[in-house]
Amino acid sequence: MQKTLLEVRNISKSFPGVKALEDVCFSVKEGSVHVLCGENGAGKSTLMKIINGIYQPDGGETLIKGEKVQITSPIKAGELGVSMIFQELNYTPEMTIEESLFAGRWPKKSFGRVDWKTIRQKTLQLLKQENLSYDPETKLKDLSISNLQMLEILKAISRDADIIIMDEPTSSITNKEIEILFEKIADLRARGKGIVYISHKMDEIFRIADEISILRDGKVIETRPKDQFDIDSVISLMVGRALGQGYPKEEVPVGDVVLEVEGFSGPAGFSNVSFNVRKGEIVGFAGLVGAGRTEVMRALFGLDDRFGGTVKVHGAPVRVRNVQDSIRNGVVMLSEDRRRYGIVPIRDVKENVTLASMDQFFQKGRLNASKERSRVEEICKKINVKMASIDVQVSTLSGGNQQKVVLSKWMLQDPDILILDEPTRGIDVGAKFEIYKLMTNLVKEGKSIIMVSSELPELIGMCDRMYVMAEGRITGELDRAEFSQEAIMRYAMNMTRKAV
Amino acid sequence: MNNLMTREKWQTIKSRYSIYLVLIVMIIVCNLLNENFLSPRNLSNISAQISVTTILAFGETILIIGGLLDLSCGSVLALAGVLSVYVFKETGSLSLAFAVGLIVGVLCNFVNGILVRRFNIPAFIATLAMMTVARGIALLFTKGQNIYQIGDYVWFGQGKIGFVPLPVFFMIIVGIVTWYILGHTSFGRSLYAVGGNEEAARASGINVGRIKIGAYLINGAFVGLAGILLMARTNVGAPNAGQGYEFEALTAAIIGGTSFSGGLGTAGGTLAGAFIVGFLNNIMNLTGVDSYLQQVIKGGIIALAVGYDMWAKVNRTRKTLGAAKLPNERKEAKA
Ligand SMILES: Nc1ncnc2c1ncn2[C@@H]1O[C@H](COP(=O)(O)OP(=O)(O)OP(=O)(O)O)[C@@H](O)[C@H]1O
Ligand SMILES: [Mg+2]
Repeated sequence: MQKTLLEVRNISKSFPGVKALEDVCFSVKEGSVHVLCGENGAGKSTLMKIINGIYQPDGGETLIKGEKVQITSPIKAGELGVSMIFQELNYTPEMTIEESLFAGRWPKKSFGRVDWKTIRQKTLQLLKQENLSYDPETKLKDLSISNLQMLEILKAISRDADIIIMDEPTSSITNKEIEILFEKIADLRARGKGIVYISHKMDEIFRIADEISILRDGKVIETRPKDQFDIDSVISLMVGRALGQGYPKEEVPVGDVVLEVEGFSGPAGFSNVSFNVRKGEIVGFAGLVGAGRTEVMRALFGLDDRFGGTVKVHGAPVRVRNVQDSIRNGVVMLSEDRRRYGIVPIRDVKENVTLASMDQFFQKGRLNASKERSRVEEICKKINVKMASIDVQVSTLSGGNQQKVVLSKWMLQDPDILILDEPTRGIDVGAKFEIYKLMTNLVKEGKSIIMVSSELPELIGMCDRMYVMAEGRITGELDRAEFSQEAIMRYAMNMTRKAV
Repeated sequence: MNNLMTREKWQTIKSRYSIYLVLIVMIIVCNLLNENFLSPRNLSNISAQISVTTILAFGETILIIGGLLDLSCGSVLALAGVLSVYVFKETGSLSLAFAVGLIVGVLCNFVNGILVRRFNIPAFIATLAMMTVARGIALLFTKGQNIYQIGDYVWFGQGKIGFVPLPVFFMIIVGIVTWYILGHTSFGRSLYAVGGNEEAARASGINVGRIKIGAYLINGAFVGLAGILLMARTNVGAPNAGQGYEFEALTAAIIGGTSFSGGLGTAGGTLAGAFIVGFLNNIMNLTGVDSYLQQVIKGGIIALAVGYDMWAKVNRTRKTLGAAKLPNERKEAKA
């Protein structure tokens, strides 16, 4: 019989206007992985933040190794052997890797001086042990979001806690890194640690779970060992209804070329990238993380500089010096890093949604407040943003709902061409389906979409055509009929060279 | 449950309107301490006394919301004021003098904006430099001498519209302008976004540079106006005027709930903050608190206000972002 490491009983928690958790019971056994599933805003992160001492519950009790405890702060949680990887990365951009790895527990020399030599040694050792080739002196702001996430994982694991909570750890790391993480988890499990794992990715869940709990609207509605579930039952319990199968892809007549990119090269490490997009088309960009897809899109959107290359919209060459130019040309981009480039966390939902289309609501610079309210409410309802009202701070929304707010912002802007970089990151299965449907509707209206994703199935399911990138170049182009995991992977690893 | 909802409502009210509650409590206490406090005459005096720094505070509010700052306003105020007085004495034209005051304020702040925007100098450093330069020019221009006998110029400071002194009238106008800009224009919206998350604002197609420079230009007009009013109120073109006003202005803005981390703040809050400081000065004078001690008390209040702002911010981040690094920060503080 395995011992129970952590148990919460009848936990409830309310925020202004929302009941986030209601009478939740949940436990983690030693040497096991307990997966927590649920829609966006179901209360998963809230429950974990209570266990980590960030929120105090309104009612209920927490037991660690059979003893009743009050977890009053994350420090207390740390002392009790709980460590957590957060869904929303929160980092100090100017810190270096080694500083952040040991932040708050820097080894000291006499007179309280920090022992940098030991830190360097330990950092190098840790990185080597994990097979990661980062430079310890790199500043966090220069890291990609997948590297940041990996660092966060390392940090939590290296604390040697008994209970490790992982809130969507794989939403932004590469496949290779996912494998590293899973090896780590297997190792921790073998050493008798308890792991709570939150994810929206079904294949992962079934790979690593021992037990699965399903949270819906703040209540745990099922807890069972993995083998008593299958993917369909998990999904239908999560969303409370049967879900559309597969991808809502529809054939849409494809028109003229609307966007033509020629000879793009940039300091971010991509060169001679050329591609085009037609009206009514969904064009995918596949490749391993780090292949340069995001960098190309950022340059195309005017966020980053480029050395050279031309852009033509509807056949006419256009200038893209900055984001305003791009928006004027009818091209917008949903960024993969929503914390940094997506949301203004301390402002409310309404202001965030209208941020890119203020000219619709400010006539001669003056606000039409009622029009704004009704348009924002309409669009948030359309893509089902879960929130108390449009007047709450975006930072109080669940991760997935923040993503939907950013999506709403660009929907409202009503562009001709949407670049969606990881549009379904952190989004639950039900809402994913809604977003795919939305994409289909958009192309039916005659818009065009560029979709960048590290999830091959969704690219294969939704795209009409696909480019594959490797090492900053386009290595292949495939039509829908030619789509297959193998073909794409071959180009992504750059094993065949096919001139485009 | 019912209990809970009311508690939550109370919390929201408390956090949103706390500054006005403080103001009301203060009025009640001051009134108990001195029965003359609420007399129309005393209130009108206080309003006139705080008018200049409050106008500066509105400018600071706009800047701080956008993640910026102006340390030069006290000096630029003096430069704009003496030039305006000089022009009046040379030409005898009040409107020309008024225009010159505004233009000087705007130009100095245009330079501030350019330094911050084009050359990426932190606002703190850029405006610190401007603070010294503007004061220097004012002293050079007047050879360090006050300009006396400013004649009709005093009208700006001592005239009245109805029973409202002109400086108070201008303060109200500037307050309304600030309120309108912040809450009802796309510039205001953009400003909050730039201060709240500059990168996200840029990625949403906001011209961040234009917003920042715009914020400085507006501030410049306010500073120029404040310069004219101060010279007229004190009946002298003084190149040394306005020293330390930047701190008075910042105090009012911060007490009024403008957050140094950007993206938060309102005109109403700043006005309340200015009155709190004004009431405090006034009641300390009325009750005869030693003037050196007054400084100590005022400093303490600033520390309290900024401390509260930081504390509330930490709480906010803890509550909403689940900040992973906070425990470490606290451990450091303990170590
Ligand atoms: N600090 C807060 N203030 C107000 N409401 C909050 C706060 N934190 C969470 N909520 C609300 O509580 C609910 C549950 O949020 P939570 O973050 O736990 O969802 P989640 O299950 O983690 O979702 P996701 O899959 O999108 O990450 C949401 O409706 C959210 O808006
Ligand atoms: Mg979450």
